[in-house]
Amino acid sequence: MFPTPVERRSTAIQAGYKALLPFALILWLLPLLMVALFSIKPDADFTQGNLWGLPSTFAGFENYTRVFTDSAMPRYLLNSIFITVPTVIGAVALSCMTGFALGVYRFRGNIWIFFMFVAGNFVPFQILMVPVRDLTVNMGLYDTRMGLVLFHIAFQTGFCTLFMRNFIRALPRELIEAARVEGVSEIRIFWYVVLPLMRPAIAALSVLIFTFIWNDYFWAVVLTQGVESQPVTAGITAFNSQFRAAYHMMSAGSIIAALPPVMMFFLMQKHFIAGLTLGAVK
Amino acid sequence: MQFTLKSAAATLALTTALAVPASAELTGDLRIFFNDQNPAPRAAIEGMVERFQEMHPDLNIELTLIDREANKTQIRNYLTANAPDVNGWYAGNRMRPYVSAGLFEDVSDLWEGEMGEELASTRPALTLDGAQWGVPYTYYQWGIYYRTDIYDELGLTPATTWEEEIENCQAILDSGRKCYAIGTRFLWTAGGWFDYLNLRTHGYDFHMALTANEIPWTDDRVRETFAKWRELIDMGAFIDNHTAYTWQEAQPYLVNGQAAAYLMGNFIVEPLRDAGMTDDNLGFYQFPEITPGIPMAEDAPTDTLHIPAQAQNKEAAREFLRYVASAENQTIANEVLGQLPINSNAEVADDKFIQAGFEMLSNAEGGIAQFFDRDADAEMASAGMEGFQEFMVMPDNLDAILERLERTRQRILED
Amino acid sequence: MAAPIITESTPPPARGYWRSNQMKLAPWLFLAPGIVFFAVYVIFPIFQSFHISLYRWDGLGEARYIGMQNYERLFDDPAFYTSLWNNVRWLLLYLLAIPGGLFIALFLNQQVRGIRLYKSLFFFPFVISQVVVGLVFAWFYNPSIGLLNPILGLFGAGPVNILGNPNTVTYGIIAAGLWPQVAYCMILYLTGLNAVDPEQVEAARLDGAKGWRMLWYVILPQLRPATFIAVVVTVIGALRSFDMVSVMTSGGPFGSSRVLAYYMFEVSLSEYGFRMGYGAAIAVILFLIMLVYIAFFLWRMWREERGV
Repeated sequence: MFPTPVERRSTAIQAGYKALLPFALILWLLPLLMVALFSIKPDADFTQGNLWGLPSTFAGFENYTRVFTDSAMPRYLLNSIFITVPTVIGAVALSCMTGFALGVYRFRGNIWIFFMFVAGNFVPFQILMVPVRDLTVNMGLYDTRMGLVLFHIAFQTGFCTLFMRNFIRALPRELIEAARVEGVSEIRIFWYVVLPLMRPAIAALSVLIFTFIWNDYFWAVVLTQGVESQPVTAGITAFNSQFRAAYHMMSAGSIIAALPPVMMFFLMQKHFIAGLTLGAVK
Repeated sequence: MQFTLKSAAATLALTTALAVPASAELTGDLRIFFNDQNPAPRAAIEGMVERFQEMHPDLNIELTLIDREANKTQIRNYLTANAPDVNGWYAGNRMRPYVSAGLFEDVSDLWEGEMGEELASTRPALTLDGAQWGVPYTYYQWGIYYRTDIYDELGLTPATTWEEEIENCQAILDSGRKCYAIGTRFLWTAGGWFDYLNLRTHGYDFHMALTANEIPWTDDRVRETFAKWRELIDMGAFIDNHTAYTWQEAQPYLVNGQAAAYLMGNFIVEPLRDAGMTDDNLGFYQFPEITPGIPMAEDAPTDTLHIPAQAQNKEAAREFLRYVASAENQTIANEVLGQLPINSNAEVADDKFIQAGFEMLSNAEGGIAQFFDRDADAEMASAGMEGFQEFMVMPDNLDAILERLERTRQRILED
Repeated sequence: MAAPIITESTPPPARGYWRSNQMKLAPWLFLAPGIVFFAVYVIFPIFQSFHISLYRWDGLGEARYIGMQNYERLFDDPAFYTSLWNNVRWLLLYLLAIPGGLFIALFLNQQVRGIRLYKSLFFFPFVISQVVVGLVFAWFYNPSIGLLNPILGLFGAGPVNILGNPNTVTYGIIAAGLWPQVAYCMILYLTGLNAVDPEQVEAARLDGAKGWRMLWYVILPQLRPATFIAVVVTVIGALRSFDMVSVMTSGGPFGSSRVLAYYMFEVSLSEYGFRMGYGAAIAVILFLIMLVYIAFFLWRMWREERGV
C-alpha cells in the first residue's frame, strides 16, 4: 500500500494525521460551508453586517420553507425530475442495445460506428447549439421538457454506448456462444443472457447520467425558457433575480438545487464510483 | 390602498365601456406575455387585464409573466414560435430586429386620430421605417438620487453645473465617502452615465447621431465626453469594485451612507424605500449642465406593448392596446407602477419623485432619449457598454476602446 | 435465473429470412434507434453549423450567404483572441486538477477510522452542478460579503476583487472549476491506488525506494490508466467551460473572462446577440480545436483495439 499506512508510523504521526483530516476537510469545503451558514441566517444579519458570526436567530427553517412557498422552486425541481428520469431511462435503454450490438457482433463498420459515438460524445456542445435549437423549434418542442429529453437522450447515447460496449466486451463470450449453439435467437440472447449480466453497468450508468442531466445548464438555457419547463439549474438564476441581494434566500435556494444529486451520490455511492472510475484500473 | 384602487378601476372600466361601445363583442383567447415579475409591474398589468376583462367578459384572457432579464433573450423565441397576441418590450432601436424580421405587427392605425395626439410625445420612439409598431404604457425619468442628510451635514446643495458637481463631489470625498454608487456587473448602468455626460456635453442631436452610427467613435467630441467622465474617475468618485456588483448590490452603499448619490432610473425608489429610506433622506436632482447653453435633454426609457405578427387574435389585441394607451388606464397603471404615464390626458401620481420627474421631463427642451441600449443598434450597444465599463476601470485604455468601437460601427455600416 | 429460460425456450426450427440472416441483421436492428437519435441530434447538426457559418443570419429573418466573411472577421476580432487565450489558460491550468487530485488521494489513502466518510466528503463537490459551484464561489469572492477577503486579511493580504478585475477574473473562475475537477481526479486515483500491486510496493521498499522515488518509478506507472482518464475528462471539461463563466461573470468585466464556448453563445443568443452565422463560425473553430484532441483519443483507442 502506498503511501505507507500511518498505523505503521509513530503514534505522534498517527495523531497528527487524525487531527489534520478534519482541518483539511473544513478548508476544502470552506466556500460551501459559508453558503450553508448564510442559508440559516436571518435577513437582519446581513443588513447589520453580522456576516461571519453565529446567526443571531436560527432562520434556517424559515428560509428553506420560503424557498418552497414563495418561489417557483418546487416547480423547477419537478421539471428537473421529469427531464432527468426519462432521459436516464431512454439513454440507458438505447445504449444497452447499441453497446450490445457493438460489443458482441463482428461486422464491417463496427469500429467506425463505435468511433462515431465516442467522437460525438466529445464534441463541444456549442457546435450543436443553433441547429438543435432550430430543430426543436421546428418540431414544436421548444420550451417543452420533451424537447430537452429527446436531445439529452441522443447526446448521452454517445457516452453510454462507450461505457456499455466496453462493459459487454469484458463479459465472458462463452455464455453467448453456448446460447447460440442451443439455437436461441439473438433477441432472446440480448434479453435473457446479456441484459441480466449488465445490471451493475446499468445501475452505475443510471446514477451517472442522472447526475449529468440534473446538472445540465447549457441546454436548459438554450432549449427552454419558462417556469413551465425549465429545470432547477436554469431556474436558480430566475430564483436569484427574484431574491436579488437577499443572500440568505439565494444560499438556501442554491443548496436545495444542489441537493438531489448529492443525495443520489451518498445513497448510491458504490455504483456511482464504479461507473465513474470504469477503466481507471486495468 | 387596495380598496380604493379597485373601486376606482370599476368606475373607470364602466366609463370606458360606455365611451367605446363598438368594441364590446370581443371573443376568443387573448394571450399576453408581460415582461416583468416584480411586485409593482405585476400588479399594474394584472390590473389592466382585470379592467379589460370586465369590459369584455366573453374574452378569455391569459396572462403570462416573464422575468424582465429572461424576456430579453426569450422574445425572439416566442415571436417566431408560439407567438402570444400581445407582448411587452421597449421602444427605440431595440424594436428593430423584430420589425426588420417582420415579427411585429404594424399598428399605425392605432396611432391615427385622437390617440395619436395623446401619445404624441413618444411617436418618434415607436416609429421605425415610417410606421408605428407598438403602444407605450409607461416611462420613467433618470437622474441623480442622493442622500439629503449627507448633503445637509456637509452644507451642500444639489449641483446645477458641472463645476458645482465636481466641488460637491470633492467635499463628499473629503468626508470619507464616495460620491456615486454604481454596480456595473450588468453593463447598462455605465450606459446611463455615458448618456448623460454625452447629452450634457454635446446635446441631444449629437447623441442621437452617435447612437445612430452617424458619427465616428474616434471623433474628438466623443473624447470630450469621456474627458468629463475621466475627471470623476480620477477623483475616485465611484465606489470601488463596482464591476463585481449588480445595480441592486450597489444599493447598500447609498443606504448605508458610504456613497452620497446614485445615477439611476426612477425604479430605484421602490427598493430604496424597502431598504428603509424615506422622502426625508432621499432626494432627486436633474443631472447638471455641462456645456452652458445646450438645452437639457433627458433619458426617459419607454416601456411598450406590441402585437406579434403571428398573433392569433389581432382584433382583441388591438383593442387591448387601445385600452392600455387610454388616459384612464395610464393614470391607474402608473400610480401602481410608480412611474409616469405617456398619455397627455392622464394624471401623474402624487409622489415626490414621480412629480419631480414629470416636471423635469415636461421641460426637457433638448429632447427625450430612450437609453443607450435602446437607441443604439443591439451590437453597438453591447460593444459600447462593454467599452464604458472598461473605461471606468482603466481610463488609460480610452484610445484602444474608441478604436474598437469605431471598428464595430464600421462593420455594422458595412452589413 | 437466465439459464433455465434459455434451455426451455429453444424455439422450433422455423426457417425464415430472419432466422437465416439474423447474425447479420441483429446488430443493425439493435443499433438503429441509437444511430437515428445520434445522427439527428449530433452528427447532422455539426454539418449544419458548418453551413450556417457561411451565412449572415440574425436567427429571425432571411439568411444571406457571405462566404468566409464570418471567419475573416473572427480573425480580426479582439474578443475572439481574448476568448482563445482564455481557453488556453483553462486548458493548462485545469490540468492542475490531476496533480491536485493525486495529492489528495495520497493524503486520504489510509485506513484510519472514518476515512470512508472523509473520502466521500472530499469527493461530493463533484456532484454539485457547476451552476451552484459558480454561485458559491462568486459569493465567496464577493468583496462585500465574501469570506475570501477576511481570510486574506488574517494574513495581512488583500483585499482583492477577483471577479471584477480583468487580470484575475479568469484565474478565479478556473480555481472554482478546479474544485469539483480535483475531486473527480482524486476518486480516480483512489481507485487506482487501491489496485496497486502490494507485492511490487513491498519489493521496492526492500530495495530502499521511498517517498518521491517510489511514487515516480513504482506507483505512477501503475496509475497510468487513471491518469489517462483524468487527462481526457479534464481536457473536455476545460474546453466546455461554459456554465461557470456564464454564472460567475457573464464573460465580464468588459469581456475579459470570455471563453470560446461562452462568446459563441453571447454573439448568437444572448441579450444583444443576433449573429447566428458568426456564432456558428466560433463553434466551428472550437470544434476544430477539439477535433485534434478527439483524433488523438480515437487513434489511441484504435491502437488498443488492434492490440486486443
